[in-house]
Amino acid sequence: MSDSVGEGMAPDVETFAFSEENRARIRDILARYPEDRRASAVLPLLHLAQEQHGGWLPRAALDHVAELLGMPRINVYEVATFYDMFNTEPVGRVQVRVCTTTPCWLCGSDEVVRACKEVLGVEIGETTPDGRFYLREFECLGACANAPVLWVDEDYYEDLDYERTRAVLEALQRGERPKPGPQSGRKGSMPAGGKTTLLFEEK
Amino acid sequence: MLHDRDRIFTNLYGEQPWSLEAARKRGDWDGTKELIARGREALVQEIKDSGLRGRGGAGFPTGLKWSFMPKQSDGGPVYLVVNADESEPGTCKDREIIRNEPHKLIEGCVLASAAMGCTHCYIYIRGEFVREAQILEAAIAEAYEAGLVGRDACKSGYDIEIRLHRGAGAYICGEETGLLESLEGKKGQPRLKPPFPAAVGLYGRPTTVNNVETIAVVPTILRRGAAWFAGLGRQNNTGTKIFCISGHVNQPCTVEEEMGIPLKTLIEKHAGGVRGGWDNLLAIIPGGSSVPLIPKSVCEAVRMDFDSLREAQSGLGTAGVIVMDKSTDIVRAIARLSKFYMHESCGQCTPCREGTGWLWRMVTRLAEGDADIAEIDLLWDVTKQIEGHTICALGDAAAWPVQGLIRHFRDELERRIVARKSGGDRAAA
Repeated sequence: MSDSVGEGMAPDVETFAFSEENRARIRDILARYPEDRRASAVLPLLHLAQEQHGGWLPRAALDHVAELLGMPRINVYEVATFYDMFNTEPVGRVQVRVCTTTPCWLCGSDEVVRACKEVLGVEIGETTPDGRFYLREFECLGACANAPVLWVDEDYYEDLDYERTRAVLEALQRGERPKPGPQSGRKGSMPAGGKTTLLFEEK
Repeated sequence: MLHDRDRIFTNLYGEQPWSLEAARKRGDWDGTKELIARGREALVQEIKDSGLRGRGGAGFPTGLKWSFMPKQSDGGPVYLVVNADESEPGTCKDREIIRNEPHKLIEGCVLASAAMGCTHCYIYIRGEFVREAQILEAAIAEAYEAGLVGRDACKSGYDIEIRLHRGAGAYICGEETGLLESLEGKKGQPRLKPPFPAAVGLYGRPTTVNNVETIAVVPTILRRGAAWFAGLGRQNNTGTKIFCISGHVNQPCTVEEEMGIPLKTLIEKHAGGVRGGWDNLLAIIPGGSSVPLIPKSVCEAVRMDFDSLREAQSGLGTAGVIVMDKSTDIVRAIARLSKFYMHESCGQCTPCREGTGWLWRMVTRLAEGDADIAEIDLLWDVTKQIEGHTICALGDAAAWPVQGLIRHFRDELERRIVARKSGGDRAAA
């Protein structure tokens, strides 16, 4: 399996252990749930493991989480493959996810997809040859009044079109982190022409 | 039209900070201790009297739901679980509450917990909302620091712990029992009901699951009184509601309005109207992707509330209004929703697991006209094989958009089939 890991991607590993810093965070996480319900911490721990290991979960990390939580390994495998945010195969370090569900599609997500493919030079589901960017399609991201939306690592880029998508991705390629949120410049999900409510001009 | 003085979410657009200090200036956490002191019965009664119905989609009366919780403590934990797994296509209201008004939600958690005798509260937020989770986590920490949450919350003598839990990308976890399974560390596959969560919920203990918006309006209702809230909207459909307007409008937005506002008014007043003018409207999905679309003729006069939209053979759902103008390939728009449900089906029940794939493949073929006329009725039949035959409502949610398409656009489906059969290989448009 380790042969399949591309250049620049986090490698497959035989053993996995959480970092010192993450072990401290795990103590806080476990305190959120009843002592005899440690399995509740499986999602937070998988998030942590994936973050620590460059965006994907090698089998060794799943086994480690199972051991920490006293869960059968198969249950952790089931969880890791059920939820869309977990990658169980190696992927690029920067995760670029484009929403194509109907509200985004109506507002031009096809053009966002086109810009992503052109700038990154890969198809949906692929990682760039240098292992930096992973492009994938995602279901509704829940920012429909700011459609179409691109989700890069932790941030949403909203109110996109072809040109704005290119600009965001090209900045990322230069190693910059463009300002997230609506790329149209409007405030949150306020109407672009200005507020129609909360004016406090009562008669 | 709702007056600004009757709006609950005065920081909906994040013009002011979300912080505790700013929230207090907006009136949050004002006299919470006194509200708690009214006692469980009075709090539940006030919410019942307000007419508040759940804002997550189903519209179940909130006060009634709360009253199902055990009246006497057996000494064990009792849970409030807040559903912040906002994932219904077209819906983006809870996100605004979480990132701009987190203290309304947190204060609501304290008051709702006090009303139901809950000892612990978990807020389950969708994993994609990373920044929103960071804000909410920080706001919860502020509330603990200020003594508003935790032991002797607000110096009321009442203890309540609030914890945030992040999901990891699964629409089905927005279904309340799927959410509980997920919170227990499993795949988010819904449970058979009964038993209902009020009897057997999280970790087998009594649990109420409420939507973010439902909980976040509770403090204002209690402060201003049930009569104020019930005086907005109309009978059985009271209060204010956050609407999310997306798709082919000039100015997509979220906005808080009075329940029952005419759909046309909502779009023209707040969303800058339909792109190309009202007459360029084709159809609207009024309540998130799970409800059937309504054609322009119905949109003319329908009101945005539970009962009006039900009468129009659709639903208020989450009040995610998806607007489609005449340039829309309506069959492809619905096919994309079918793909969504196929992707999000948890795989537990055969009619849904297999049926959602059938729907997607058939509607995709129909988009190209690559079908026989009789297959339209066959497709309808497939939706009926799914609807009502699954553990949870995802099956229904997958069936209804397709039913709406057939109900209102059968002519268009037939036209494409005929066009393709008569040799035109570009059936659409």
